[in-house]
Amino acid sequence: MPVNFFPAEFEVVRNADKCIKCRACERQCSNEVHYYDADYDKMLSKDSSCVDCQRCVCLCPTGALKIRPNENAFRKSANYTQQLMIENYRQAGTGAVLLSSMGTPKDYPIYWDKILINASQVTNPSIDPLREPMETKVFLGKKPSGIKKNPDGSINTEMTPYLELNTPIMFSAMSYGSISKNAHESLARAATELGTYYNTGEGGLHKDFYKYGPNTIVQVASGRFGVFKDYLDAGAAIEIKMGQGAKPGIGGHLPGAKIREDVSKTRMIPMGTDAISPAPHHDIYSIEDLRQLIFSLKEASEYKKPVIVKIAAVHNVAAIASGIARSGADIIAIDGFRGGTGAAPTRIRDNVGIPIELALAAVDQRLRDEGIRNEVSIVAAGSVRSASDCVKAIALGADAVYIATPTLLAMGCHLCRSCHAGKCNWGIATQRPDLVKRLNPDVGAQRLVNLVHAWDHEIKEIMGGMGINSVESLRGNRLMLRGIGLSQKELDILGILHAGE
Amino acid sequence: MSAKITAGDMHFKELNRLIRESAESEIIVDDCLGQRYIGSGVSGKHIIINGIPGNALGAYLDGSDITVYGNAQDATGDTMNKGTIVIHGNCGDAPGYGMRDGKIVIKGSAGYRCGIHMKQYMDKIPLVLIGGKVGDFLAEYQAGGRIVVLGIGFEDICPVGSFCGTGMHGGAIYIRTEHMPKSLPAQISIHDADDSDKEAIRADVELYTQSFGGNADELLGSHFYKLIPNSANPYKQLYVNN
Repeated sequence: MPVNFFPAEFEVVRNADKCIKCRACERQCSNEVHYYDADYDKMLSKDSSCVDCQRCVCLCPTGALKIRPNENAFRKSANYTQQLMIENYRQAGTGAVLLSSMGTPKDYPIYWDKILINASQVTNPSIDPLREPMETKVFLGKKPSGIKKNPDGSINTEMTPYLELNTPIMFSAMSYGSISKNAHESLARAATELGTYYNTGEGGLHKDFYKYGPNTIVQVASGRFGVFKDYLDAGAAIEIKMGQGAKPGIGGHLPGAKIREDVSKTRMIPMGTDAISPAPHHDIYSIEDLRQLIFSLKEASEYKKPVIVKIAAVHNVAAIASGIARSGADIIAIDGFRGGTGAAPTRIRDNVGIPIELALAAVDQRLRDEGIRNEVSIVAAGSVRSASDCVKAIALGADAVYIATPTLLAMGCHLCRSCHAGKCNWGIATQRPDLVKRLNPDVGAQRLVNLVHAWDHEIKEIMGGMGINSVESLRGNRLMLRGIGLSQKELDILGILHAGE
Repeated sequence: MSAKITAGDMHFKELNRLIRESAESEIIVDDCLGQRYIGSGVSGKHIIINGIPGNALGAYLDGSDITVYGNAQDATGDTMNKGTIVIHGNCGDAPGYGMRDGKIVIKGSAGYRCGIHMKQYMDKIPLVLIGGKVGDFLAEYQAGGRIVVLGIGFEDICPVGSFCGTGMHGGAIYIRTEHMPKSLPAQISIHDADDSDKEAIRADVELYTQSFGGNADELLGSHFYKLIPNSANPYKQLYVNN
């Protein structure tokens, strides 16, 4: 037997006094960690298969289980960490590229946590959202820069197409394929109830979900999966995906194993073949080419829908966004490098791109400096984790935010970061029918609605505390923010003062 | 009945609105001077273009026929879903990008990146048919459908450029030539087309000769190469779970 160079990452701890050998853990685990040994009349576990998804812990009726990190430790080095050593063993064993999921777990600065929000005292009264009206409705799209008159002197009230959101929170792109049908249904129904939007990602739109079209953003990416006239007509807006925060500069590969019948039908590709989204759009090499795709989509949808261009936050994001704002796009979505993914090469996820906070501030400032901020709305994405992150994003210049990881948490995800394996025990990132049915769309949709309602109320409370009664008045209001423990350079880029100033 | 529109220096928005809103099923566009997005997403019409249409002709085309008496430019039939585009001339870069079904038939030659990421599903099998030669990167990431290059008038050279079929993982390419394409990627296998292969493209070649003249039997009598991918899962061995 070949030597296994590294031990199991997690240890399954079973309390023998509590375990009643009901074998629920065994039935729940798609990784086949738990098994019953008849000779010993005992539940045993294969720790090396455990991904720490916590499904068995949550479903054990007697609370007999704990999953904890394996305490076995390689000799400590701050330079060659145990994780890095294991990764090298994996690659030496296979010759393959490391593949991970979800946002980077690495310890990069989180600027949200180094920004503090203002509140009113004495002079400018705060507002109680339980008593007074607070506006969290926002409109995404081009904003007219002045009043236009018709030849007869009346005011021209024609508007370019826009999205109307009851809350400045949308669900960002996750394709049907990367996540399950029940997960998609939960998102679609929640978006409809909340008066916001979910996003198909690049996987087409399942025929059962066309009815949620008015609350759907349909995505067009380099692989063009599931894109055709009816799909473009179904959505409320069309998003061109140029990049993703977790994997800037590369495309996506949905492995053939995940292309089962329904996914195959929705993507319009044969079962079992890899779904490959190339790194670039092969027809886009310039802002002019992007403009061409935007206008071909506008022509196809008869100028009735706003077009969003989604890019990853990269070093020169401000200049790129300026180009996009001039290309005819109505909305720019910027995805920071801490954002999630259903699968990305580890090295890319952990090392490429920049944080959304810096990218957002730089883009907003650049568009203001150039006098074109009203040409586009900005949607910030890539690890917006809470209502306070939303408030900070809006004050830094966002019109709205995209959230995805919090929606997965609402549906039961425990961030085990194994989506790419396709064996999600929570029924989210899988196409296995026995696992998919574990997620009840009634429950999923309700929990998503609860989450966004709670955030929306928190946003109102934080705004009220500042004496601000609408998202419109908070947008780009950087005076409401102060940095804590940041360098002058970081403060300059964020466009905020240090706490105490 | 047919409607006639003189395009001239009309803006593409206006021209396309007229085409979309026309009650006639046949629309003749005269004096076309590079207007983009003609027929974008349009279904149930026959658009006849005299002149040069601009980029993204027939993008997302949804069951219309387009005939061009002239050359076409870039991104013809981008993500087209159904219908036929017949070009009585040459075509620019990237025709048939992400095409799902329907036919693009080009009398002359085409530029770079033809048929990129074409797909197929069940009975939806798109076709890009090129009479002359094509540039580099033909059929990159091809996931399905047929690409046929007849190389008419280019019998002394290989009528396809370099890096043909890079990333290809479905569908097939047929090339009428005696000369093996250069710098083929490792995941492509190349075969001499046999009689059954030629039968598979007989209807395509006949569509060409019906549209532009020539003798289908004569063309099919020549040597063809057939290129197919070795695997539908080219990246299976590329990754290790981390």
